[in-house]
Amino acid sequence: MLYRENGQFKSTYASDQQMLPILQDRVFMMALLAFAFFVVPIVTSEYVFLSLLIPFLILTLAAIGLNILVGYCGQISIGHAAFMAVGAYAAYNLVLRVPQLNFLVVLVLSGLIAAAAGALFGIPSLRIKGLYLAVATLAAQFFMDWLFARVKWFTNYAHSGSVQTAPIELFGWTIESPAEKYLFLLAVLVLFTLVAKNLVRSHIGREWMAMRDMDVAAEVIGIRPVYAKLTAFAVSAFYCGVAGALWGFVYLGSWEPLAFNLNLSLNLLFMIIIGGMGSLLGSYLGAAFIVALPIILDQIPNWLGVPISTATSSHLASMIFGALIVFFLIVEPLGLARLWAIGKEKLRLWPFPH
Amino acid sequence: MQGAAGTRAGAPPLDEGARRVGEVILAVEGVSLSFGGVKALTNVSFDVREHEVRAIIGPNGAGKSSMLNVINGVYHPQEGKIRYLGREFRDMDSHEVAQSGIARTFQSLALFKGMTVLDNIMAGRNLKMRTNLLLQALRIGPALREELEHREAVERIIDFLEIQAYRKVPVGRLPYGLQKRVDLARALAMEPRMLLLDEPMAGMNMEEKQDMCRFILDVNDQFGTTIVLIEHDMGVVMDISDRVVVLDYGKKIGDGTPDEVRANKAVIDAYLGVSH
Amino acid sequence: MRRHWPVLALGTALLIGLALPLATGAAPVGFYVEVLLGGLMTGVLYSLVALGFALIFKASGVFNFAQGAMVLFAALAVARIAEHVPLWAAILLGMVIMTALAWVIERLVLRPLVNQEGVALLMATLGVTYFLDGFGQTVWGSDIYKIELGIAKEPVMILPDVFQGGILVNKEDFVAAMVAALLVGGLVLFFQKTATGRALRAVADDHQAAQSIGIPLNRIWVIVWAVAGFVALVAGVIWGSQLGVQFSLAQVALKALPVVILGGFTSIAGAIVGGLIIGVGEKMAEVFLGPVLVKAFDLAGGGIENWFAYVLALLFLLVRPEGLFGEKHIDRV
Repeated sequence: MLYRENGQFKSTYASDQQMLPILQDRVFMMALLAFAFFVVPIVTSEYVFLSLLIPFLILTLAAIGLNILVGYCGQISIGHAAFMAVGAYAAYNLVLRVPQLNFLVVLVLSGLIAAAAGALFGIPSLRIKGLYLAVATLAAQFFMDWLFARVKWFTNYAHSGSVQTAPIELFGWTIESPAEKYLFLLAVLVLFTLVAKNLVRSHIGREWMAMRDMDVAAEVIGIRPVYAKLTAFAVSAFYCGVAGALWGFVYLGSWEPLAFNLNLSLNLLFMIIIGGMGSLLGSYLGAAFIVALPIILDQIPNWLGVPISTATSSHLASMIFGALIVFFLIVEPLGLARLWAIGKEKLRLWPFPH
Repeated sequence: MQGAAGTRAGAPPLDEGARRVGEVILAVEGVSLSFGGVKALTNVSFDVREHEVRAIIGPNGAGKSSMLNVINGVYHPQEGKIRYLGREFRDMDSHEVAQSGIARTFQSLALFKGMTVLDNIMAGRNLKMRTNLLLQALRIGPALREELEHREAVERIIDFLEIQAYRKVPVGRLPYGLQKRVDLARALAMEPRMLLLDEPMAGMNMEEKQDMCRFILDVNDQFGTTIVLIEHDMGVVMDISDRVVVLDYGKKIGDGTPDEVRANKAVIDAYLGVSH
Repeated sequence: MRRHWPVLALGTALLIGLALPLATGAAPVGFYVEVLLGGLMTGVLYSLVALGFALIFKASGVFNFAQGAMVLFAALAVARIAEHVPLWAAILLGMVIMTALAWVIERLVLRPLVNQEGVALLMATLGVTYFLDGFGQTVWGSDIYKIELGIAKEPVMILPDVFQGGILVNKEDFVAAMVAALLVGGLVLFFQKTATGRALRAVADDHQAAQSIGIPLNRIWVIVWAVAGFVALVAGVIWGSQLGVQFSLAQVALKALPVVILGGFTSIAGAIVGGLIIGVGEKMAEVFLGPVLVKAFDLAGGGIENWFAYVLALLFLLVRPEGLFGEKHIDRV
């Protein structure tokens, strides 16, 4: 009843192709953005910012990046945290060695450097696919792990191998408090989501999806596989590079090379599996799920009044994690985003059952 | 000559210029193709003239799809060559072949299952979309104009093939006959000079076949596109094609007008299964 | 000959790299042989883990990322049970547990996903890895445990006359190599000579054809996973007695991935050969190439071992994707 398209006719292609063609969707999105920008900073506690919202925003950005490669272009990567590392270390070195650069410029440059690395490590995808490609991406992961741990230039010859960063300064505004960090990250994320949405609905997006769905047919209609795959790797690495820089500077503050290890890569992959591959909304949902799950699992024993050691609860978290992955793959391979879409369809019919 | 497509000889052509059969634009010369030990094609040669409708027929396993795949660049023959518009090639990649104006449909539909009908056909416009990545990311100016321009072109094809109601439907949900139309639409979106159709009417009932024949003939008439098609329905072949090539066990056993081929003893033997 | 030049070039480069330390005299021959043997021994252990991968892939087309976790789980089980019963009984019980595990995985994970493509199955085994990891440590505990095989741990000096200073060889490594050889021999016999083995090979070749002649697919898969579980058990016991049973075992098992790439995903011989090549290559790179790189680029320590195997696999993927013994894919349209 509320969620109907009645009367919303489109008379131009432009209006038909806009991002949110249904009026109710637009209203909802405006309200959500207003809530996120104006209400949340005031009512949220510091704890929620630091342990939930800030990591959620950054990981969503990385998940969007990985989704572009895996969900939209169909190329598997299980070492994508390597590109987050590239972005983080690139940003660190830029801030260190060229201090007069505006931080936004640093972010973009870090992203571009990560994109170059992405294109380089994407070259194997031109000859191999599927499981073989997955193992090749592991090479990227372990090589980067080693590179940033051993080549001392990257960490500015720090003894322990870890780096420290100072709070970001942007146009005179020092981003220090959790609320300020949250707003900055939110702005960056919204902007990057818009760009991603634009990319996936223009011809490069269709090229990616065509390569995913049937690469032989894609070639037959004139799509160049090299261009499609390498741009997917590059754009995806760009997003992860920026996310990595933000992860290091805004969330962690200081980090060692193993901060971007295989575990993070697998987490990103799980985010898009659970959230929904090939869906920007899915990246959001998946990241929220993965960020919230350990915290919820930590709290449940307290609520139930049963004390469990932290070691056990982290083991339990692994178990539940693994089980959920399998569960989602069996029951809803298109992830939470699909469940959301089904919900919306039911809402369109409401209050009628069908 | 009545049949599935209705008569051709009596109706005036829609576009006089486009219907006139022209020079040879494609020549297959001595092509041989094998997979491991299996010989799919042996020394096949024939030509295709511009604006004509050329049929390739033959029993199952004769190598017809492989022939199209060779023309298309999907398979590279071990021997022989393809001459197209003056260029000679044997191992061009399929996307280069597409760029030179050859489009095709597939026997087992090769649609992009994860996309809607509209997106599938828009993907066919890909060759003509040239704005760079950054402009697409910002979706301003030339990028936006290009999207809308090509959307218009695609809409004309959608009208032509009468699939307006299914624009936003994911192709996986459509019935088989409609999926075949989308496959054709995507090929047409490339504005090809030559169209290779691999069993476009397989699995269709009488009505659907009539529709598809009508579309194919309209494409040939209105746009002047040269058509090479593989088809099993003899009625269709005899009605709509100008010339026919017959393959059997990878070899050419007949080449000529439909009437000539129909009377050819070797062809009759092949279809009746007379061993040789 | 023209088509093979990338493989030949890679092979030649590797051989040159292998011979360099000897040729330049950077290391005494005895030491070189020691490192070589050490690499071979490590390689044998990699091969054991890779065998499990190859078996499962061969029979069910599933890339079992969880093989490493299975090795760890088996090792944990045996280590903990052996605290209460003699070792041989612990190993038998471990076998029972692994078979049960195989059955559960087939039922709950494989069967529902049988229609989806390979990547989904890969992710599912990733999920199984996480689950087994947590489950193993919840049930068996997360300290470092020991497995006592009753073999002397001190290295033995052999051939002191042939090579200056002799060569240090670890007795346990030797036993490991023997066990691995026996295992491989047993598996080969199993596959070639028994009816079940033949059925397994039929299934590996073509699932549907095998079904159409009455081979019970599901039961075969349970058998395969159980055999893989047994291999994991052997690997786990041997690794565990050497390194102690701890989480890092699972990480080490990841190394087996490059092994199957080198050897070919479906080849048992490939798993062995690949394991040996990776083991030797890694050790050689760490011991001889490492110091060179550290000097040249002023690095903070070696650690070449961490990525050498993967980069080698990557190079192989680019020149010979089907591995040394694997089958080439032909994509038909």
